[in-house]
Amino acid sequence: MTVKVLNAGLLTTIQDIGRYGSQKYGVIVSGAMDSYSLRLANILVGNMENEAVLEITLYGTTLQFEEDALIAITGGDFQTTIDGIIAPLWRSVLIKKNAIVKFNSAIKGSRAYIAFAGGINTPIIMDSKSTYLRAKIGGLEGRAIQKGDIITFGEMTNYSKKLFQQIEKHPFNWSINFSELINFNQNQVIQILKGTEFHRFDKESQRILFEKSYFLTVQSDRMGYRLEGPPLSLSESFELLSEGVTFGTIQIPTSGQPIILMADRQTTGGYPKIGQVITADLPSLAQLQPTATIRFKEVTILEAENLLIKKEKFIHNIKKAIHNKIFSE
Amino acid sequence: MPKHHIEVNIKPLGDSALIVELGEGIDRAIHDKVKNLSELLTSQPFEGFIEYVPAYNNITVYYNPYIIHISKKSDLTVFEIVSTYMNDLVQQIKVKKNEDFKIVSIPVCYGGEFGPDLEHVANYHNMTTEKVIQIHSESECLVYMLGFAPGFPFMGGMDARIATPRKATPRLSIQPGSVGIAGKQTGIYSLETPGGWQIIGRTPLDLFLPHMSPPTLLQAGDKIRFVPISPSEYTDYKEMK
Repeated sequence: MTVKVLNAGLLTTIQDIGRYGSQKYGVIVSGAMDSYSLRLANILVGNMENEAVLEITLYGTTLQFEEDALIAITGGDFQTTIDGIIAPLWRSVLIKKNAIVKFNSAIKGSRAYIAFAGGINTPIIMDSKSTYLRAKIGGLEGRAIQKGDIITFGEMTNYSKKLFQQIEKHPFNWSINFSELINFNQNQVIQILKGTEFHRFDKESQRILFEKSYFLTVQSDRMGYRLEGPPLSLSESFELLSEGVTFGTIQIPTSGQPIILMADRQTTGGYPKIGQVITADLPSLAQLQPTATIRFKEVTILEAENLLIKKEKFIHNIKKAIHNKIFSE
Repeated sequence: MPKHHIEVNIKPLGDSALIVELGEGIDRAIHDKVKNLSELLTSQPFEGFIEYVPAYNNITVYYNPYIIHISKKSDLTVFEIVSTYMNDLVQQIKVKKNEDFKIVSIPVCYGGEFGPDLEHVANYHNMTTEKVIQIHSESECLVYMLGFAPGFPFMGGMDARIATPRKATPRLSIQPGSVGIAGKQTGIYSLETPGGWQIIGRTPLDLFLPHMSPPTLLQAGDKIRFVPISPSEYTDYKEMK
């Protein structure tokens, strides 16, 4: 089964949960910016949670299905249509042969995800299908999706087949309540932990970080979010050797303007780290559009762990609910 | 025999990773501990462990807090569980000099179009370009870590006589294989990227091998020797591939 790309859009790439295990070689993780939307899109079509999907950025992308297919669209609201009719989001949907799915522009969030039952058939490189543009590996020939591309689906799991038959008989009329997981507001409080070099910043900067707003500049991308606001400075300069960093690390380069590391971050960094966005807030952060404003709020590591566990339980319960729905009838 | 206690500082990098610090600065003895701890973690991973990244004097450990949470048998936080595990593992480090390393020869065509900053480095130190090449190729370098780009080695051990500050304005594009100097460090660009290191030559070898396992020519712990080659030898190498 295949889908044809009629329009590419701004930046559409094949992404899965990420390329783990090779960071020690300097190979970046990549993967979906909003991992909750990725996982739920897969769950809704009966794929493994970490299967590859398309990540669509801000606008564009029109797809034509060459056969009937089971899909799910999650993430931001792009006023997406199926043959001209607004598509249901966060729901398992059957698509008819020749149907055209058109992602318009984001009215909520900044990244949309579309999962296909069976996943995307593309080579697995270092345990992942994710596109790594700079190294030209993963995804479709290591590049972004282009007009005219043909995307081939993988083999459907038995679970997907069962879901397919079930929905053919009785279309699902319920959707996932994503608001438990992702906040799509463009003015947000993002919860962070103090970074490993927080204490190296002067008292004024330590205070400002939690009191003032920062806005997301247009120089923000999958690699990092460049923020603009009151500059933050060290009490005295010092040399930090390069060391491991992660998704959500807030670095302060010499300009004093924060950079938040995102999905395509480098594996190591040498800038002082003032904070670290908690894992449970990363998808909400990933859905911000340029010019959005952020306020940081400090939480403890225990609170961060509990928020993460709560959201994981929520996802676990959705999986169970879908499972029950399939096997109760 | 009472066990020697190894000093360690463990700090969170958010809620899904932590940094295990084994000392300060760039030092071969600390590097040996980092290498030993990496091996211990590879042979004794904990449930929920994802991967690790070794650096000069620490390793960052990435984990899945939910997996650790659902399998835990105590009231400890996930961070406390992983910290305790890593602290125990650190105490198993064998504090002996690491003699088990691979020596890799890297052919380098110095100067000319491949090493546009060789003249600058020579002028900076008031020596001839031949002398810079001689000093650089006689240094025995150690790969402390990989980072910045896939397969990019951060190396120590270069002779301090040719240590040169980075360029004030980074180049927008540096060709893969370019050998550079930044302060006392020397490194090799593995992908076409922007960069501010002083470029003195280029190797015809590929540093990033995405379809091989491991996917890089060099690994942390390798020793490097640079071997000067001529432009025609460089071309021969390239054609051999």
